[in-house]
Amino acid sequence: MTRVSIVGASGYVGGELLRLLLRHPQVSIHQVTSERLAGKPVSGPHPHLRGVTDLTFTSQSQLEACDVLILALPHGSAAKRIAEYAQLAPKIIDCSADFRLRNPADYDQWYGEAHPNPQWLDRFVYGLPELNREALRGANYVSGVGCNATATNLALLPLVKAGIITGNDVVISDVKVGSSEGGAQGNDGSHHPERSGVVRSFAPTGHRHTAEIVQATGLSNVHLSITSVELVRGAVATVHCLPSQAVDEKTLWRAYRACYRGEPFVRIVRERTGFHRLPEPKLLGGTNLADVGFDLDEQSGRIVSICAIDNLMKGAAGSAVQCLNLMCDYPETTALEMIGLHPY
Amino acid sequence: MAAVCPECDAEIVFKAGTITGEIIVCPDCAAELEVTSVNPPALELAPEVGEDWGE
Repeated sequence: MTRVSIVGASGYVGGELLRLLLRHPQVSIHQVTSERLAGKPVSGPHPHLRGVTDLTFTSQSQLEACDVLILALPHGSAAKRIAEYAQLAPKIIDCSADFRLRNPADYDQWYGEAHPNPQWLDRFVYGLPELNREALRGANYVSGVGCNATATNLALLPLVKAGIITGNDVVISDVKVGSSEGGAQGNDGSHHPERSGVVRSFAPTGHRHTAEIVQATGLSNVHLSITSVELVRGAVATVHCLPSQAVDEKTLWRAYRACYRGEPFVRIVRERTGFHRLPEPKLLGGTNLADVGFDLDEQSGRIVSICAIDNLMKGAAGSAVQCLNLMCDYPETTALEMIGLHPY
Repeated sequence: MAAVCPECDAEIVFKAGTITGEIIVCPDCAAELEVTSVNPPALELAPEVGEDWGE
């Protein structure tokens, strides 16, 4: 059994990691930490785990050696203490943004401060299996993925790999997201009368995940806008692409099939009839699936590529467990084969 | 031998007993397709009743 400890396990990503890993046949949870809730049962912040586990939180000062350490801390925390964490486990998955970007200057630009340990950036593999599967196999240090970046990247990869979108082609990703992206801690904006029913543009420009998209796709003319909508879980990226060369629909079908044939968690959704014709996050709650589809405006040549995910799963904890499976040489789908709910 | 969906180019292998005139659904794009020939396998988009899909 692989002994896994989770640092910062009281948040939503921590709760999802526990939900998945407590049913993973090759994993035992060794410790879970929360400074605020040390000594208390995990079923407090994660009531869906009642009767599933009697684990209690510990403080980080009580952490012991384990096989895999998963860090589910706020951005900026893991980077400062990475050397200490590396003393505790040979394999680390950091779910924050602290090790996602290769170029240290990107942290100044997108996160507003210099990275405290830039020499560690090259040691981490970006944790998107659909992009980096071979590098993730057996890796010791893996970063998590941004949920908005993941929805956008999975929408773009078929077009980039097929050479349909290249270099400086214009790409505009409009992502609608649920409230759980904001984390488990409330603020004035998440107060129910203020949050309920919103269609709120909270990052029309300048969102940090832009850097991950540029890095993953190699595209340079990428623009990201984020709107929070009336969902708890879910994100859908509607990615508008203006290719330099016109394409037809069957070329797009071939590109999407070539990219995602055999991918265990990506489904191509573009149906001719019915009312679930294109990806929608409502069908994916609690799953590690990404549904990807497209449409083509034949008059203008604009391609609209669409990807829906559960932001806490494929956009965070699910991808992390998928990476853990690759890092530890377990079947990639272990503990991740749940089917979505309908209706939900 | 497989037929090709005229909508999305998916390869579709007919099940045993498929007959000309039968309507099948493309597993990739969900288009309704009419079997116009079994040997060689051939498909055409089936005529469809227009639907109001929020337009």
